[in-house]
Amino acid sequence: MPMLEISLHILDIVNNSVRAGADLITLTLLEDKQQNKLSVEIADNGCGMDPDFLRSVTDPFRTTRTTRKVGMGLSLFKAAAETTGGNFSIESEKGKGTTVRAEFVYNHIDRQPLGDMAQTITTVLSGNATIDFVYRHTVDGRKFLLDTREIRQILGDVELSQPEVIVWLSDYITEGLAEIQQP
Amino acid sequence: MKSLAELEAIKNKMKNQVGIRTEDDNQTIRIVVGMATCGIAAGARPVLNALVEEVGKRNLSHVTVAQTGCIGMCKFEPIIEVLVPNQEKVTYIKMTPEKALQVVSEHIVNGRVCKEYTIGAAQE
Repeated sequence: MPMLEISLHILDIVNNSVRAGADLITLTLLEDKQQNKLSVEIADNGCGMDPDFLRSVTDPFRTTRTTRKVGMGLSLFKAAAETTGGNFSIESEKGKGTTVRAEFVYNHIDRQPLGDMAQTITTVLSGNATIDFVYRHTVDGRKFLLDTREIRQILGDVELSQPEVIVWLSDYITEGLAEIQQP
Repeated sequence: MKSLAELEAIKNKMKNQVGIRTEDDNQTIRIVVGMATCGIAAGARPVLNALVEEVGKRNLSHVTVAQTGCIGMCKFEPIIEVLVPNQEKVTYIKMTPEKALQVVSEHIVNGRVCKEYTIGAAQE
């Protein structure tokens, strides 16, 4: 089955950051209809990759996984961007972190829908109690920002990964994104 | 519109419950969802979110919902595993949010394994 939404690719790539031991992940989404582009940047402070691994990382037969020899995540994301005429890049430094960027041509017929970003974010947050997440989303200049460090400050002793908090966050993100979609 | 003041209210409500959530491994039921590329592509994300929401809604403080990588049987994704202390692990395959809610009410709450969704049923 294919990955049908950009938000699913994002979830998959963010899981790489989690595996890399990141404790801060910054996700930046930019939708600019005038310039006809949608760009996604996922930056983490995880363990990074050495130049040799980085060179071949979008090869589906490259993975750090040991259960099998195929890793599809980055190659699928790259293909999704490139089929729209967009582009894909990845930078990484051992010990510093990794940044993945994908740019899609907004109105291209093969550009996948963004999908449910609220579900992607809450999936990451409910599974990783200690990771902080900054999510910036801009649509034609209108901005939404979620910074889990601010949320944690409000919550105090209450854990962010608690189901009650996750459900609230899901609604908060859904409403915030609906607001910036409207001019 | 959601406001951060609401979050404050949730916090104050839950503050009283902090510590009630038992971390005792002898009592905690674990639900594990496969969330690798294969799981995500097959629809694991809505399954996970349905589980988290349901566990919260039912206030099942002895249940945790966790995520894992590739379980190694990609064609059966979305897969969830239910680990009840002192019982054999149960592996459910080809989950949907609806089936996952059934697993919560039947298996987790009522203690009856949903046999028709298990990997054993698929291999018979």
